[in-house]
Amino acid sequence: MKSLSLMTGNAAAAWGARLARVDYIPAYPITPQTEIIETLSSWIRNGEMDAKLVQLESEHSMLTAAGAASSTGARVFTATSSQGLLYGMEMLYNITGWRTPLVLVNVSRALAAPITLEPDHNDVLAARDSGFLQLHAENCQEIVDMILLSYRLAEDRKVMLPAIVNLDGFYLSFTRERVALPDMKKVAEFLPEYNGSNPFRASRPVAKASSVLSSNLYSYFRYQMHISSLNALSLLGRISGEFESLFGRSYGPVEEFMTDDADYVLVMTNSFSTIGKQAVVRMRSRGVRAGLLRIRMLRPFPADAIASVLAGKRAVAVFDQNIAPGSGGIIYPEIVSSLYHLKNRPEDVFPVIGGLGGKQITMGEMEMIFEMMHKGHWSAEGPHSPLYLMRNDEIESVKKNLQIAGQVVRQ
Amino acid sequence: MMSDEAYRTVKDLPTEEFMVPGNPLCAGCGGLLAVRLFHKALGGKVVWVNAAGCMTMLSVYPYSPLQSSWLYTAFASAPAGAQGIRDALDLLMKKGKISPDEDLKVVVVTGDGAAYDIGLQSTLGAVQRNLDFYYLCYDNEAYGNTGFQMSSATPYGSSSATTEPTGSFPEGNTGHKKDLFEVWKSQKPAYLATISAARTVDFLQKVEKSMKISGPKLFISPVGCPTGWGYDPQDTIRIEKLGIETGMWPLKEYIDGKVKHTYVPRALKPVEQYLETQSRYRHLFKPARNEDALAIIQEDINRYWAEASKAEGFEIRLIGT
Repeated sequence: MKSLSLMTGNAAAAWGARLARVDYIPAYPITPQTEIIETLSSWIRNGEMDAKLVQLESEHSMLTAAGAASSTGARVFTATSSQGLLYGMEMLYNITGWRTPLVLVNVSRALAAPITLEPDHNDVLAARDSGFLQLHAENCQEIVDMILLSYRLAEDRKVMLPAIVNLDGFYLSFTRERVALPDMKKVAEFLPEYNGSNPFRASRPVAKASSVLSSNLYSYFRYQMHISSLNALSLLGRISGEFESLFGRSYGPVEEFMTDDADYVLVMTNSFSTIGKQAVVRMRSRGVRAGLLRIRMLRPFPADAIASVLAGKRAVAVFDQNIAPGSGGIIYPEIVSSLYHLKNRPEDVFPVIGGLGGKQITMGEMEMIFEMMHKGHWSAEGPHSPLYLMRNDEIESVKKNLQIAGQVVRQ
Repeated sequence: MMSDEAYRTVKDLPTEEFMVPGNPLCAGCGGLLAVRLFHKALGGKVVWVNAAGCMTMLSVYPYSPLQSSWLYTAFASAPAGAQGIRDALDLLMKKGKISPDEDLKVVVVTGDGAAYDIGLQSTLGAVQRNLDFYYLCYDNEAYGNTGFQMSSATPYGSSSATTEPTGSFPEGNTGHKKDLFEVWKSQKPAYLATISAARTVDFLQKVEKSMKISGPKLFISPVGCPTGWGYDPQDTIRIEKLGIETGMWPLKEYIDGKVKHTYVPRALKPVEQYLETQSRYRHLFKPARNEDALAIIQEDINRYWAEASKAEGFEIRLIGT
């Protein structure tokens, strides 16, 4: 195995599963995730990987099989996107309740209707409150590494929750990047064999996922899940330390990019952060002290780490690549609430919404966000009203399409 | 016949119990009796995979009356849960991570709402993949646990919480029962049968026979439901017997590509004798007899048995012939 390989995000996800020596892969095709299960299927059929892949008849069934196999003591991997994640939504909540430490890769794709292909994060954020741990990747290297870290976190007895590793469709799923594939022996050292908790065995009958008719008990189990999720946050430091000593790369819950002396910080997630980082460098060359904070771990939410980076900054802008109609961005209020208790909280936290359905973001737009923070000028509706990114040339193209569709377009 | 010898009379019923007394289900529940008998036939090394329904009340934390394992999944996907467990056990045995002694029979147990309606896609998926599992559908012909609303297993003429007989709908349910046996059969499962605790030996023989076969082993058990059907709990077996003797509930099996009726009444009893026992059909008799609806129900039964007797070459006396 070459130490450095050029591979797509989807191939990186497949490698993550292979290196984790997963036993079982329930699958169902959906663009842009399909290349992951195709790759795994091919490896298994050619004897390169000792696992079983079963194609189910829906994502709902796929996730049920995934949870059931994990409850039986198998290490389980699966993948989906968008509509598939929503189709299986009921089971996301079930299999977290079953406390099954499997890993699900979600390749982000915006939601119907209208049906489309390119990414935003309404899909993965719809799973925000399911109890899954969530790690969001910026690049192909992170995909491999996050899958390995996720198994360690998920399978820890203090956690025992499934994890989602999110990567952007198209921008990451089909983009080739250099990836250093961890050595299989070292991975085995980092991630030992999975030893399930109370698996189904003839010698030891066990009832799982029994109904609970006492609200006291129900509350207890829900609080317990919350605490277990938070445990993943405190464990990440140690586990990432072990990972770094073996592979030379470390991952905190957030990534700080030139934030130390920054006055203006842009908060982002996922692959578009790469554009944000470039804008930071450009702003710095113009003498603006810009920085970027990338949220790697969205669940559990690293509120303290975010607060410690953003405390004392002059202004913060939160870039949401999603929209909650009637409210705004989904991540924005989480950032604000993690800052509110600070004495020296940033005076302004500006919301930005962009990149919906994969709409491109230019360097100019990124720079504009920093300029606006710098000047303290936000939208006419006030500092808490989101800036909705849409360039004039994009508006013109929309108008053209509306006209073709027979709509009367007012100028 | 492979192993019918194990059960010749009801005295051959295994004495071993895998379900201890005490659970929150209704008195006289026919479904519970079917599950208990099924368990006796299968033995103790079982994991039940359940979908939402009355049986979900069997395992209420921290109690379970079962001496075997249990997984509640969701309404629509118990067969997919069976897939995950079966596959995991197989691959862990193959990899030498667990001993074959730890193997379990994987048994889906659901009501008709899950089997006929919301979980049908998941079942057909598992059958198409030739999953080695058992499916026991206890069919009380409605959504019993939610208060007896119509399912696609509800017969024509039955009242339910959503098919109330009214002036505009005097017969109650206007739809006809889905033929799940034929739907399941279309996928050519390894074994498929209808079973009733009221014909205990037939029930046990079928389960026993299926245990020798690998692949999907599917069972539909029509079961009495005192609360939903409206009868005294002590009458469950009496009513189930009437269901069989009137020809409402044919007992049959499908194996090696052939359907065979395993119990054929010499002469059908008039279906009214069955319908009269239950308040869900009361509107067909009072305040006035609904002759049209009663005729439709009887004709459906006659037509079914006429076709079956022709296909298999058995004799049966129908009603009004």
